[in-house]
Amino acid sequence: MDGLTLDLQILNALAALLLLLSFAMLAQRRIVRLVNLFALQGAVLSLATALLAWRTGDGQLYVSAALTLLLKVILLPWLLHRLIRRLEVYWDTEPMLNIVGTMLVGLLIVVFAFGLAQPITALASTATRSAIGIAVAVILLAFLTMITRRKAMSQVVGFLSMENGLFFGAMSATYGMPMIVELGIALDVLVAMLVLGVFFFQIREQFDSLDLNNLESLKDEDR
Amino acid sequence: MRTASVEFIVLLGAPLLGALAFTLLRERSWTPQANIAFSGLTFAAACALTARVIGEGSLTFANEQFFIDPFNVFLVTLTAFVGFTTAIFSRPYMRVELEHGRVSARRLRLYHSMYQLFMATMLVALTTNNMGLLWVAMEAATLSTVLLVTLYRTPASLEAGWKYFILCGVGIAQALFGTILLYFAAEKVLGAEGVNALLWTHLDAVKGELEPTVLGLAFVFLLVGYGTKVGLAPLHNWLPDAHAEGPTPISAVLSGLLLNVAIYAVVRCKVLVEGSLQTDLPGRILMGFGLLSVVLAAFLLWRQRDIKRLFAYSSIEHMGIVAFAFGMGGPVANFAALLHMTVHSLTKSAIFFAVGHAAQKAGSQLMDDIRGLITLSPTVGWGLMLGTLAILGLPPFGVFASEFLILTTAMKQQPWATPILLLALGVAFAAIFGRVQPMVFGETTAKRLPHPPALLPVFTHLALVLMLGVFIPPYLADWYRAAAQLIGGG
Repeated sequence: MDGLTLDLQILNALAALLLLLSFAMLAQRRIVRLVNLFALQGAVLSLATALLAWRTGDGQLYVSAALTLLLKVILLPWLLHRLIRRLEVYWDTEPMLNIVGTMLVGLLIVVFAFGLAQPITALASTATRSAIGIAVAVILLAFLTMITRRKAMSQVVGFLSMENGLFFGAMSATYGMPMIVELGIALDVLVAMLVLGVFFFQIREQFDSLDLNNLESLKDEDR
Repeated sequence: MRTASVEFIVLLGAPLLGALAFTLLRERSWTPQANIAFSGLTFAAACALTARVIGEGSLTFANEQFFIDPFNVFLVTLTAFVGFTTAIFSRPYMRVELEHGRVSARRLRLYHSMYQLFMATMLVALTTNNMGLLWVAMEAATLSTVLLVTLYRTPASLEAGWKYFILCGVGIAQALFGTILLYFAAEKVLGAEGVNALLWTHLDAVKGELEPTVLGLAFVFLLVGYGTKVGLAPLHNWLPDAHAEGPTPISAVLSGLLLNVAIYAVVRCKVLVEGSLQTDLPGRILMGFGLLSVVLAAFLLWRQRDIKRLFAYSSIEHMGIVAFAFGMGGPVANFAALLHMTVHSLTKSAIFFAVGHAAQKAGSQLMDDIRGLITLSPTVGWGLMLGTLAILGLPPFGVFASEFLILTTAMKQQPWATPILLLALGVAFAAIFGRVQPMVFGETTAKRLPHPPALLPVFTHLALVLMLGVFIPPYLADWYRAAAQLIGGG
């Protein structure tokens, strides 16, 4: 891969940073910092999109970058911080797997992700095709974050981070989805966040905690 | 081609306007009637649109972003119809819930606005031509119902709502990845069209040229994603909880309508992927998931004690049958699957209406607490009994006709699956009939309710199911045939 232009090198560095942030999120147990990492991931994503927009001269990508900045760096983290303060959930409980174990599983997942992305990378014609594997890895790592966490709040941040990975995947494979679809997805994410806000207060009112261990009574045997 | 038509604008506009109006205005005494009116208007628009399609053939609107073809037109009508009858059922039902203090007037306002929004999202999902918008609408349908599932704010309903949100959210994220892959493959062929590269009609026209490896991968993600929403085993975990814990009108529309919309999305994807792969692999995967769901649900039925959970598992079973039939493919199996979707939708919502009244009378959803419906209220008792017999596939109801068609086709095309299907249907029959019989005919000491139940929807649905079992009107049969042709496979 010689002769990479500077902007492509920066793009690849940003992709690597994205993956690094995913690992950081996997290890982070303080929910406030988890949200900050999520905001940082959004910022990197927005920067990468803007750079790609400049490179390809695609006006639509500028809109995507602005949308990402607005939604994932400003609005969602603000909402999440507000929720954290009002609900007073600062720490996640001990994850189901300890940090070292989770990291090792995460490494295996990255290898698997690059294998999965191989056929797509081979067919892609975009300049950013080498990042597709990273996008798949970010999606799967976010998934791992979700399943190893106990608190509803951390699961939601994992969920949003998964959406970041999907967005980055779409960007690196096809320079983004059609605008109308992207707007729709952004709207869905925002509405999901609002629904969750309401929902968290309902859980809190009922259980006095956001620990999902409380939500395990619906089993088939005893219903 | 035209930009829009009055019928189509009303079809999507009425529920959206309804949602907006209910959100802005306070809950009034006439809100339930307004809810019925908006749903009725939607249904009228759907009927008018259907008449148009019969006359003029497939239509596209708004720069081809929306379309009506033989496959989705009957689902649109069905969705609007069940939405209308459910609104009629919901009026007296929710009034009793209000009097029992299970909901407040403020929550009823949320209920009505979300009900209309849910209808709108389902109709957008059914009529959109854009696979990306389909995804957006499916996700919006989940979001609009999460707060309905948790309407009673009981611990069990909050748990069900959380499970529904997070499992369907993760599931639907897989579908988004599948959609991205689809767009990736489409861009290679339809690259010049840009925005239109995700339009189903355009993709369908060039499906033979789409890259098979990418589409194969895309199908796995799309099937897992939308399959979660269909409730295909082993992705069904959220379904019984979400369908059982919310208010009964919502159980009826979730079981009767949303599952149909989800399987509609799966089939749309399958058509494209099968055209690209030139093998029946997608069909085989779908058959496998379908068969697993039928068997698993049939045996899990035995462990249920809550009546709404019982019928939620029955929905998983029937969606399994539909998935299996679409998996087999071919004109007859597709025809049977479409018929089964219709009759299941009508019967299951009728059952939930009857169950809702029964549970209100007994003050409990536990089957052991519900006894002697026939003496309490003969109409509710008979409604539940007839609905149960219909869903279990007894002739002359429509479910019998579709299941018979599916079984005979399976004997010809996939003989190995027939005994498994028969066994599962038998197990399900014994489980459900054994539970419902004492509920209807047993002894009781409970008192009658002051409000007369709204049973018109129950018997209208059952009469339609009966009619579809005995006689399918020619134009309806033509539709089914045209849709079955469109889906292809086999």
